[in-house]
Amino acid sequence: MVSAAKLRRAQEAMFGARPYSRKMLEVLNSMASRATPEAHPLLEERAGTRSLLLVITSDKGLCGGFNANITRAAGRFMAENSDRELKLYLVGRKGRDYFKRRSATVKAEAIGVFQALRYSAAQKIGQELITAFTSGEVDRVYLVYNEFKSVIQQRIVVDPLLPIQRTAFDPRDPGLDYLYEPAPSGIFASVLPKYVEVRVWQALLESAAAEHGARMAAMDAATNNASDTIDRLTLYMNKVRQAAITKEIIEVVSGAGS
Amino acid sequence: MALPTKLDLEVVTPEGLLLKETVDEVIVPGELGYFGVLPGHTPFLSTLGVGELTYRIGATKKRLTCFWGFCEVLPHRVSILAEVGERAEDIDVTRAEKAKELAAQRLKTIKEESGYAEAHRDYMKAVTRLATAQHRRD
Repeated sequence: MVSAAKLRRAQEAMFGARPYSRKMLEVLNSMASRATPEAHPLLEERAGTRSLLLVITSDKGLCGGFNANITRAAGRFMAENSDRELKLYLVGRKGRDYFKRRSATVKAEAIGVFQALRYSAAQKIGQELITAFTSGEVDRVYLVYNEFKSVIQQRIVVDPLLPIQRTAFDPRDPGLDYLYEPAPSGIFASVLPKYVEVRVWQALLESAAAEHGARMAAMDAATNNASDTIDRLTLYMNKVRQAAITKEIIEVVSGAGS
Repeated sequence: MALPTKLDLEVVTPEGLLLKETVDEVIVPGELGYFGVLPGHTPFLSTLGVGELTYRIGATKKRLTCFWGFCEVLPHRVSILAEVGERAEDIDVTRAEKAKELAAQRLKTIKEESGYAEAHRDYMKAVTRLATAQHRRD
């Protein structure tokens, strides 16, 4: 029930933020597709394959396969790309605990951001990702998180974050470059870092809502299992008691008969 | 290609979708000044300042407040991504008046640079909200 209330709050925050980040993505894709890759460092496609994975797990357990699914997905990604130099940025205690016991390069970790989820947390993580990318420490950044599909369903998402993807044109628009006000470099410098923050923010919100959903489902299943077990044990107890009573009665009857 | 005759206007803030409507004209508070958009505008990208967003459907005009962020203009579409924004009817006038007074007080007393910028932001926000709310009553 506690999870149900938390879930509702997390869900509202997430659905509220969705249109903004969708729209932002749309505008940015259209903007990035028109601009040349040299226009801003965050658009630059590099030949290198050193990658950074931002893996978002929860801080608390008891939420079914929520964290196991994420760590497995991250593990699979690492196995598939074992020729690359991979680093991890771990959000959530569960992910950190998992990867601490394994041979993985952990660049940074953020624990406890879900206790009071703030945009500033996404801002901080976003800035660190940007620094890692622009300084040339890594050539690619990926997001791995649970997307909220419905209360009982999560979807594992492995998405490229940096460099910012350029997509195909909408056939309705003429594909001209924009007029910019102020100059393009100024706009890119203010908007592109914001895009990274918003993507991280959205991922955190989705993950938070998905976590509460998963926990609610897991706790519901646990309650059901417990009441099944109680029913079974009660039945067994009654059977045993009845057998004992029957035995005593037989003893009394046979004692009286002799 | 025939030019579009209507604009799809969408205003979103981090809190959610504020407005989605098909309109005839939009006037947007750009960082470097207000600009008007009619259907068929050339692709245009601008950062937003502080001000009032006006849109027109037929002969009726409506207003929103709109603070920072950026905006994309395409021939058939205008997307506004504002950091803060609200409809004229959602503005709390008494709160805005109080905020204006408070910010004005701060502007008079503050000495250091950083606090001044913040107080100025608050002041501009309150004044814009009041102006937008005022129009509603006209």
